[in-house]
Amino acid sequence: MNIVLFISDLMIPLTIVIIVAYGLLKKSNVYDSFLDGAMDGMKITFNILPTLVGLMVAVGVLRASGTLDILAGFLAPVTRLIGFPEEALPLTLMRLVSSSAATGLQLDVYANYGPDSFIGRFVSVMMSSTETVFYTFSVYFLHVGITKTRYTLSGAIFANIVSIAASLIVTILVFGR
Amino acid sequence: MLNYLWAAMILIGIVVSVLTGNLEAVTPAALDSATEAVTVGITMLGIMAMWTGLMRVAENSGMIVAITKRMGPLLRFLFPDLAPGSRALTYISTNLIANVLGLGWAATPAGLKAMEELQKINPEEKTASKEMCMFMIVNMSSLQIVTISVLAYRAQYDSASPSEIIGPGLLATLISTIFAVAYTKFMERRVFKS
Repeated sequence: MNIVLFISDLMIPLTIVIIVAYGLLKKSNVYDSFLDGAMDGMKITFNILPTLVGLMVAVGVLRASGTLDILAGFLAPVTRLIGFPEEALPLTLMRLVSSSAATGLQLDVYANYGPDSFIGRFVSVMMSSTETVFYTFSVYFLHVGITKTRYTLSGAIFANIVSIAASLIVTILVFGR
Repeated sequence: MLNYLWAAMILIGIVVSVLTGNLEAVTPAALDSATEAVTVGITMLGIMAMWTGLMRVAENSGMIVAITKRMGPLLRFLFPDLAPGSRALTYISTNLIANVLGLGWAATPAGLKAMEELQKINPEEKTASKEMCMFMIVNMSSLQIVTISVLAYRAQYDSASPSEIIGPGLLATLISTIFAVAYTKFMERRVFKS
């Protein structure tokens, strides 16, 4: 465990060292490059700010309305049938929409059931193998003005449903119920 | 699609909140979210600038091109129509590497740049190209090897073994990415008959 945490602490500093050292080695003008790129990053951020406001307001409204809980209620009979832990359903839905809200629910699960319970383990595996689809989807496409997205959303949702199912199966197989 | 998705979230949210009696929570939620978006944006301004700066260093020194070459076979399979060594492929590989390493914020600027490059060669301005669909789906299928935050939260809540979920998480990630690529390849064949 300590080694894993050490490696994760090391990850970002190491990336920076490698990039800068490689640049120096190749006699590239690293500082000028950095400033040039940083300016670009500022412009990108500024451009996606309206998207961010639009998105987060929509997610905020949806979250406050209790829609996801109602949806979870509707899905409960189905999930019970396939052995999906019901308590993790709101979190699973939230995961696709908002990363910060999902993290809040994830911590609730750890606090209520413990991280080493079946549901705690399932939630851990699920959180590390799924992605906040809605955010990436909107920010990337709006950035270049694409409105017709073909099969991208269905593909992303499909991939994440597979992730959720795989998380459940793998958790059961590795740790038991 | 985005048009409807966004409108539906807002409209459904408000209608449901009337029905469930949560209406009074909607206004603060909307205002707080708008404020939060700007706060996030300001935080991002610094982080993004740092990563795009470092990315440009890696680009100008030829490091990214060197990495892209190593990823050649995989990239050729996913994006057969993109020229090897093109800027689009360079940004795509930077984004995928950052995602795999779990660098989070570092992945976004490269991803947006990749979309810009793909848009330049997109035959239909408003419609996602074949390459965009593949890139987005692979990107959203989750590629991260180790999710540090999950380990940290597990440790925080006194798990006996916070890291025991790394293997299962990796397996689930791998399975979903394989399915994502298969789905995309299948849809490509249906939509882009050539």
